[in-house]
Amino acid sequence: MFIINCPYCGERDQTEFSCGGEAHIERPKQPTELSDDQWAEYLFMRKNIKGIQFERWNHIHGCRKWFNVVRDTSNDKIHAVYKMGERPPIK
Amino acid sequence: MSNNLRINKNNFIDQTVRISFKFNGKKLFGYKGDTLASALLANNIHLVGRSFKYHRPRGIMTCGSEEPNAIVQVGKDPALTDPNVRATEIELYEGLEAFSQNCWPSVNFDIGGINNFLSPLLPAGFYYKTFMWPASFWEKYEFFIRHSAGLGKSPTKPDRDLYDHQYVHCDVLVIGGGISGILSAKLSAEKGLNTMLINDKSYLGGSTIYQDDDIFKINNETSNVWLKNQIEELKKIPNLTIKNRTSVAAFHGYNYLLARENLTDHLSAHERKEKIRQRLLKIRTKKVVIATGAIERPLIFNNNDRPGIILSSSIKKYIDYYGVKTGKNISLFTNNDSAYETAISLNKSGVKVKVIIDIRENSNSILSEKIEKTGIKILRGYTITNTNGYKRVNSIEVMKLSKDGGSIVGNKITYKCDCLGISGGWTPMVHLFTQSGGKLKFRNNDNVFIPDENKTPSEQISVGSSNGDFELDDVINNTVKNIKIFLGLDKNNYENLDIKCSKEKQKRNIWLLPSNKPISKTKPFLDFQNDSTAKDVKLALREGFKSIEHVKRYTTTGMGTDQGKLSNMHALGIVADTTGTNMGELGTTTFRPPYTPLTFGTIVGRNVGEFFDHTRRTAIHDWHVENKAEFENVGQWKRPWYFPRNGETMYQAVQRESKAARESAGILDASTLGKIDLQGEDVSEFLNRIYTNAWSKLAIGKCRYGLMLNEDGMVYDDGVTTRLGENHYIMTTTTGGAANVLSKLEDYLQTEWPELNVYLTTVTDQYSTMSICGPNSKKIVKKIIPSLDLSDEGFPHMSFKNSKINNVNCRIMRISFTGEHSYEINVQSNYAKDVWEKCIEAGKEFNITPYGTETMHLLRAEKGFIITGQDTDGTLTPSDLQMDWIIGKKKYDFIGKRSLYRSDTIREDRKQLVGLLTDDPKEVLEEGAQLVESLEKPIDMLGHVTSSYFSPNLNKSIALAVVRSGKKLNGKKLIVPMENRNIIVTITDAVFYDKENKRLNA
Repeated sequence: MFIINCPYCGERDQTEFSCGGEAHIERPKQPTELSDDQWAEYLFMRKNIKGIQFERWNHIHGCRKWFNVVRDTSNDKIHAVYKMGERPPIK
Repeated sequence: MSNNLRINKNNFIDQTVRISFKFNGKKLFGYKGDTLASALLANNIHLVGRSFKYHRPRGIMTCGSEEPNAIVQVGKDPALTDPNVRATEIELYEGLEAFSQNCWPSVNFDIGGINNFLSPLLPAGFYYKTFMWPASFWEKYEFFIRHSAGLGKSPTKPDRDLYDHQYVHCDVLVIGGGISGILSAKLSAEKGLNTMLINDKSYLGGSTIYQDDDIFKINNETSNVWLKNQIEELKKIPNLTIKNRTSVAAFHGYNYLLARENLTDHLSAHERKEKIRQRLLKIRTKKVVIATGAIERPLIFNNNDRPGIILSSSIKKYIDYYGVKTGKNISLFTNNDSAYETAISLNKSGVKVKVIIDIRENSNSILSEKIEKTGIKILRGYTITNTNGYKRVNSIEVMKLSKDGGSIVGNKITYKCDCLGISGGWTPMVHLFTQSGGKLKFRNNDNVFIPDENKTPSEQISVGSSNGDFELDDVINNTVKNIKIFLGLDKNNYENLDIKCSKEKQKRNIWLLPSNKPISKTKPFLDFQNDSTAKDVKLALREGFKSIEHVKRYTTTGMGTDQGKLSNMHALGIVADTTGTNMGELGTTTFRPPYTPLTFGTIVGRNVGEFFDHTRRTAIHDWHVENKAEFENVGQWKRPWYFPRNGETMYQAVQRESKAARESAGILDASTLGKIDLQGEDVSEFLNRIYTNAWSKLAIGKCRYGLMLNEDGMVYDDGVTTRLGENHYIMTTTTGGAANVLSKLEDYLQTEWPELNVYLTTVTDQYSTMSICGPNSKKIVKKIIPSLDLSDEGFPHMSFKNSKINNVNCRIMRISFTGEHSYEINVQSNYAKDVWEKCIEAGKEFNITPYGTETMHLLRAEKGFIITGQDTDGTLTPSDLQMDWIIGKKKYDFIGKRSLYRSDTIREDRKQLVGLLTDDPKEVLEEGAQLVESLEKPIDMLGHVTSSYFSPNLNKSIALAVVRSGKKLNGKKLIVPMENRNIIVTITDAVFYDKENKRLNA
């Protein structure tokens, strides 16, 4: 069970957070103009990487803020934490 | 008691305190400091159980947590009895009662023993291969298999013991109370670090504490004396916590560890009273030192499982620590020097050691020289080919090994003995290291997997035998050197100790020792608990299993409660030998938590009974209790289910309540519905995006029903939202969906639409809601608030007014979930019970009837209103629910809109919501029942019943269902096949009552 450094509250136990899946998937601005395949790409397709993955997390039992986490899924090491709307600090 | 098996002088056992206990009903005695195993051995009891599959007699084999055979049931109390406990770990206490497991009718005469003679018929995978066909027979097989395979019995009554959880934070956690753990803890604590030392024994010092021989010296003291002094100093350090009788179960990432602390299992019943039995420590530490030691390996040879065959180091501990002779005529069988230490200890205590059989051609070390001086015979280059004796070993057969070790040569020599010590070398306990994500490397010269220092997760270190150091000088010197770097220490007192010990020079390892018989005629056991042999592993390989994980599961090697602590290395070795693979490439099976079994009590701690989950009660709860409500759990809420009067059944109560609500007036506590307060200038735009219908034109003071979808187009939640002011709305959600809806809304606001100025606050608990419905509801509200204009023009359906009841502010919505003329009164929760009672008082003359969730469900079903989560299951679109009217087709976008015309969601043969009427109006369908068109096999399932009631207002049975292409099937007859009859139903419109909505304004 890992520790997450919430950008608003500081380091807290993982049990206070919930994971919202892959980050940086923007909701299309004009969904009506997308084909079924394009919409399905947004709706269903996720990378599920073994290694460095960009994720959305919510401090659900804390400040309830959403933010982004760069996590290595093979060892749970967290490489960076940054706020919504900010650019990833690493590639 | 056979006193002649005890030696008199002993530092660890208090022979002045005699303890009585019972084993299999027989009264026996031991001493303070004994374990159940040492006390049994002192009573000359070796036979303690039967093996799992062949029911072979099995005896105590070890002295620790790796014990595969001596697994007992402790205690008789149906609430407190503990199955699968290792006799080697139970400390003896007055009144202890233990029983053998897995034998019937008794350990001495076990009917299942016949399996031993049938064993040629019981190879690996026997159960898989045999009990597969015919499938319908499985139920019959299962009974017999489970009956004969039982490992202990579960308690049948609720556990009365207390358990506890505790969070622990420290700088350094040291796991293991042996010499390397003690040195690590001391170095850490002396540096001022907040240190915790966890030790699974009742005493500190590991095996060094009873290592009393001139060969092993530190600074001119024998190693045990030196260590005792270190321990005394250790105990004085204030920033060090020592947890004895505590075992680390799991090592997770980020240095989070779980440990079980045994607080009272070593105490007698009256000393335990009102004390916590076991505590789960949830430890978060900056650094971890793993000093978990090593366990001795057995040797794999024909009939190596008889009672009296014990690990050589365990024989040493029984004599040196417990003062118990495990036999009077002991032989030893080894591939390394450690059995020689055992021989020295036995010799010193006056136990006859007949012969040491060493598979090595040579052995010359300080230890072997000392043995040779005592006159004990050493047979070098020999192996044991067989053992004899059924309930106790009585002789061994010895033959010379060929040069390559693959076969035997020469003649058989037989030695009599009543106990055989075996030693196949040492296995570092790397379980916790690998659990934490560490990777192992294989050391070829002594065949051990040890932590790879380059693949060790940060902030942890393995030291001592768990890191592959087995000799005293290596253990101390490497521990001190590595801890110094790990903790960043300056020079310390342990760096230049004068250490004397024996050094092992020769090594030879043979995973499966040869016999003079063909392997098919031998029983070389690998996993003693699960009864798998080397033959089984070879068979699995012949049958094509390649992965070690598959071999493990097929043969069940290493799958017992001991998790293969003794067997895994040999299984790997035999697989490697047979397939010609290097063991390092083969790798190990996965080590999973817990390291040793945990009780369920420890895992749940205090979270039992009423503390299992939170209970939420409405502000009106006490009134419901006073008025004899039966309650239903809705999520964490306690909601009134129905209010039975004069011994009514639920059916009778619901019929009465439903009729009263339509004929005069009913009142419902609707406080549990989720309530979200929305404020900000963009709320109406926000509502437009999250609901399917249009919100921009909702006037202040008006209410609107909304349907919320997931982005995949499926109905997620529903409820009424009211516009309280220009930029102020209040949304209601379903009871169960409240928390998730709030999270979902926050998610969109924070991530997708941060430009919207909207603030969300949950006010579910702050406001209580009572819903008054029925043709007399208007009169009742008029009585409570005479000043309020209740005319249809002044206060129309789907509108809202602020008002006061006496001096209490209230929000009144004219909305209806029953189809009747209704009012929802919302007040601040502190006043709710009072206001509720006023409504009841005012309604008396109209027979106002409080009703619960069941009547609410019935009334809305009469109107065909859905309940999300009951009639929907996350696979239905608004169109599937025949609610196309609520989709704002002109709206450019809302959550889920694009999904409503994906190729899958526009299929016409989707399941769609319909009404059902039974041909026999008295017949009430079961919710969940399947709907079919014909009974001809294979039967095609068309859908299922989602809601079903007997409607007292229509005097017939009604139901809602989802049916494939249901929209097109109005009037069609379908069949509901039940266990012993078939019910004929007709598909109808889902609105059964007041289709024209006349009653809303009645």
